[in-house]
Parts: sequence; C-alpha cells; structure tokens
Amino acid sequence: MRVDLHARRGGFTMSAAFDAQPGEILAVIGPNGSGKSTLLNAIAGLLPAAGSVIVGDRVLDAPAGPGAARGTHVPPSRRRIALLGQRPLLFPHLSVRENVAFGPRAQGVPRAEAHRRASLRLEEVGLGGLAGRRPADLSGGQQQRAAIARALAAEPDALLLDEPFAALDAPSAAQARRLIAAQQGDGSAIPIVLVTHDPMDALILAARTLVMHDGAVVQSGSTAEVLGHPRSEFVAALAGVNRLEAVGAGDGVVHAGGLALRGHGDALSAGETGSVVFAPGSVRTESVQVLAEDGSATGPNLWTGRVTQLDPIPGGIRLQTAEHPGIAVDCPSTHAVALGLHPGQRLAFRIDEADVSIRVGS
Amino acid sequence: MSTGGRRDPHEAPSWSTAAARGDSPTSHGPSALPSSAPRRHGEHLPAWLLIPAIIAVLLLVLPFIALLVRLDWATVPAAITSPAALQALGLSLTTAAIATVICALLGVPLAVTMARSPGWLASVLRTLTTLPLVLPPLVGGIALLALLGRNGLLGGALAVAGISIPFTTAAVVIAQAFVALPFLVISIEGALRAIGTEHERVAASLGASRFTVFRRVTLPLATPGLIAGTVLCFARALGEFGATALFAGNAAGVTRTMPLAIYTAFNGAGVEEDTAIALSLLLILVALAVLVLVRGWRAGAVR
Repeated sequence: MRVDLHARRGGFTMSAAFDAQPGEILAVIGPNGSGKSTLLNAIAGLLPAAGSVIVGDRVLDAPAGPGAARGTHVPPSRRRIALLGQRPLLFPHLSVRENVAFGPRAQGVPRAEAHRRASLRLEEVGLGGLAGRRPADLSGGQQQRAAIARALAAEPDALLLDEPFAALDAPSAAQARRLIAAQQGDGSAIPIVLVTHDPMDALILAARTLVMHDGAVVQSGSTAEVLGHPRSEFVAALAGVNRLEAVGAGDGVVHAGGLALRGHGDALSAGETGSVVFAPGSVRTESVQVLAEDGSATGPNLWTGRVTQLDPIPGGIRLQTAEHPGIAVDCPSTHAVALGLHPGQRLAFRIDEADVSIRVGS
Repeated sequence: MSTGGRRDPHEAPSWSTAAARGDSPTSHGPSALPSSAPRRHGEHLPAWLLIPAIIAVLLLVLPFIALLVRLDWATVPAAITSPAALQALGLSLTTAAIATVICALLGVPLAVTMARSPGWLASVLRTLTTLPLVLPPLVGGIALLALLGRNGLLGGALAVAGISIPFTTAAVVIAQAFVALPFLVISIEGALRAIGTEHERVAASLGASRFTVFRRVTLPLATPGLIAGTVLCFARALGEFGATALFAGNAAGVTRTMPLAIYTAFNGAGVEEDTAIALSLLLILVALAVLVLVRGWRAGAVR
C-alpha cells in the first residue's frame, strides 16, 4: 500500500507519505495530537484529505490531475480498509458471531457461510466458546479480540489499528498484541498500519516505524534504527533514550555531554561531529570504589556524578546527576537497594561499548 | 402524559431519559447506569428538596385520585359501554394509530436528517419541528384550516379537485399527526445523537452500504428511542383535542374522538358530567395499557 496524504482540520495540517508491504506491520508513533489518528482516518476515507492512497493495485484516492482528469475518492464502504480503534465498538444489538459475520454479510455472503467464517475467526482469536454471547457479556480484552476478528473477517486489503491496546489491561493487551503479530507474514497477509503512542509496541511488532510530530513525519526507517538512534531530541524523548551531540576525539573515542565514550556504528574522526545514543537502562550504576585511587574515572565509558534527582520508574529508579544533567540513568530496584541510593550520593557509571550507538551528523 | 407514580425514572418513556437510552457505550447520563446497580436513594440530597418534590408528586397524582373519588362507580359500566363511548374510543384508537404510522414514516427520516446534519441546518430543522410543540393546539387547528380550509392556501386547489378535508376523519388524522409529530422526531433525534456515528463508521469500513448501515446498525441502536418516541406520539395523538375541534369539528362517528366526546358530555346537562368522568377513566386506562405493553416489550427486548 502506498500513501501520500495531506489533511487540514481547523488550524492543524497533517502531511505524511509511506509505503507498507503486504504482511508488514508499519508502526506510526508520536504523542497525542501529532496527527496519527488523522492520518488513519484519512486513509480509511473518513476524513477529507488531499493526495493519494493506493492499496495493492486499487487506487482509492488520487488527486485531480491537470486538465480533465478528475480526482478519485472511493467511499469508506468500498475501500476494503478495516479500521480498529481503541474501543472495540462492537454492535451491542448483535451477538459476537453476528458481529464478526457483519462484514461478510454486508458484502453479500449468504448468512450460513458468513456465520461459518465468523466462527472460524472467533476460534482463531480464542473466542469460539463465546460466539453466542452479547458483546456486553464479554470483558474488554475479549471485546477487542472480537473486534480484531470482525475486522479480519471482512477480508480487508489493509488493516489500520489506532491505539488498539491502549484501553486494555496488561494481560489483555499482550494477548491482542500476539494476535496482531500473528497476522504478519501470514499466507493471506495484508499491510497493517499500527498507530501507537508507545514506542515499545513498535519495537515488539513493527519492522519499520514512522515518527510523527505536529502533523509531519520527523523520522522513518527500520524500527531498530528509528528507536536505536533517534535523529532528534523529540524522537529520543519519545523513545526514552539519551541522545547527545558528539565530537570525535580520535582513537575511536567521542566526547559527548562531558563523557568520553566508545561505541558502535559510525567512527568519528577527530573533530568530526555526530551524535551518540544510549538507553538509561544500559548504564550500570556502581559504587565509587571501582574508580582509581584519586577518585577519577580511568577510561572511556566510565564516569562519576553526584545524584541530584531520583524518580521511580517501572522496576527501578531513574536518577540524574549534577555533573551530567542531560543524562538519565536507570538503576534496577534490587541494585538501588544494594547501593542505598540517596540524593547527594557520589556514584560511578559504566556502559558497554555495545550499548552506545554513534552516528555521523545529527 | 403522566409519569407520576412511577418509581424508576429510567423506565419512564419521557424523552429526556428514554430517548437517551440506547445501549451504545456513548450514551451517558442517568439512563446509561445499569438499573441493577445498588444505589442508596436520597442519601446525598438536602432534606428541604423533598418538600417541593412531594408537592410535585401530589400535583401530578391528586387530580387522578380526585377523579376516582368523584366517580359514580355504579354508572361506569353503562357509560363506557354505551354505543357513543365505544364509537368514540374506536375512532380515537384508529385515527391515533394511523397518525402514529404517518408520523413514524415521515418523522424517522426527518429525525435522521436532523441528527446527521451540520449544526446550523439541524438547528433550523429543530426549531421548525418544535414549533407545533410550543404552540397551543387551537392555534394549530386554525393554521391547518388556513392551509386546507375551503379558502385555504391548498384547500382552494383541493376543492377544485373535489377534495375537502376539513371536518372529515382525515382531518382528525392530520390534526393528530400535526401535534404529535414533534414528540416523535425530537425523541428519536435525541436517541440518534446519543448513539453517535462511531458504530456507523465501523459498519461502513466493514463494507456495508449506507442503506445496510442504516438498517442493520442505526435503526437497531435507536430502537429504544424509536419506541419511546412512538409511544409519546401515540399518546399525544390519542389525547389531541384543540386542533381536532377546530379543524375537524365534533361530528359523532366521524370526528368525535374520545377527548371531544368527553368535552361534549361535560358540556351537556349536569347529569352527563358523570359520563365525562367515566370516559376520562377509559382514556386513562387506554393510556396506561399502552405504557404497560411497551414496558413489557422493552423488558424482553434485545439489549
């Protein structure tokens, strides 16, 4: 599928272009209000937008050409694009089976056959036993799985997912995530666009990721590259990693944010500028006893600092130091206890070369 | 239509609550609460609030009690089984039913249009629809005469074609539809708004045509509001007096519906006042029967 769309809603403009292959999951990440949902709704034909949408060999949207060529806009009901949102939006007056059979029925499949297909889909999502129930009798996670089954039963040419896990509890979200992952590389594979505010969803599910900010694409590429080496402070903050401007110091060492670091990726020659990225969780917090007798750091990838701030994060504590205020370090809870973390404490920090990504340029 | 004496405000088919029902998760407000949820009544209410509330209940219920007390029960059977009474009842039920069907056929499309129109158009339509609701029915009757009367806007043309509507049973139906249509439209529109368009969008993305979406999603979701609106409409048509009296007259067997029969009986010699009260009782019973029937239907309805 090939998308190149521009939409305007009030004072907000959204502009995005991307390709997604059959069987591929493309993640679109960004904070609230970055235009992700606008993009999906425009692809689904639910919002007026300019530009083109091509799925397989079908042109769903095409701008008016010069001269007599008229623009194309296929209405939502004939686009064969399924859109699944945060809320399952099952039809409350239909049974779960009838919900899943809705797509085939609407497309003219006889009732018995549509119900047979629905039952198969429900088996796939693990809801075979609940087919006769009303949606209201299902848990939130079950409803969302039924909604996934309903979307797939319509046999769409593309599947758009708008924060499909955001409203689910952790186990249900994990289940739904596995279900989406299973669609990848399937025989009847279709392109899937997954909008999420959580970069970890992208990491788990998507080979490629597109980052949106204020209605524009700010970075796109393989998920590993986008999240592994963000090209801007914005994306770094979204991905939750430290990103520092770096200058080559020769001998494979770069200076960044007052640190001397060795890493992998590009080699910066002396004086050449670039950037380094590392995750707060890759940094090991140690007592100052690892340092030289005079208390100085003894080499690259090792530094010291006095703790100024401690914040709880899942599974540990994020700390910052007076010496390197722009660098966050995550310390696992057990380690934090062993060290007796407290503000004002002087600590040593160490990071493996393998965990430091270096790139030429920004 | 009175909802006095009902304990559960959820079930009262007044449009403020019943119209907003709808089992869609988008419907908020008191009607969205599960009625089985344990609630402790009145706990957080200031005590003085109870005084006007009780007076309000009395205002709604006392007249009916007075009516029952005042009733000469001995004459009731004869009064309500008299040929004149049965004729009026039959005419009332028939005309009100026809008017309700007409209202549903015309009103549902209007309600859908209003609910899915841009703001300004919906406002204009809503104002126009509400007009007969706030006008005294007598004024409505005069307006209908001005339109369809012998020298009326359309009446003249119809007269040429040999059609005269005023003072016929058709006039009764038109008068009833005129005053009852707003009730149906406004309550169904409210229900449709409460449902929102999200389910419709999902249905469209699954490949359903507009008509399929309307038939299989919009209408079923709006069913509670549809029923509430239809019941209100029927009840209003059944009780319609002013417009009918002016536009259709008071000819026994042709245009004398129950309200007109009651009025006629009441205005007759003093001895007939009891008949008027007995007929009122009959009308109350019919209205109650409709409410009970609908309630039973809804209790067993698909949720």
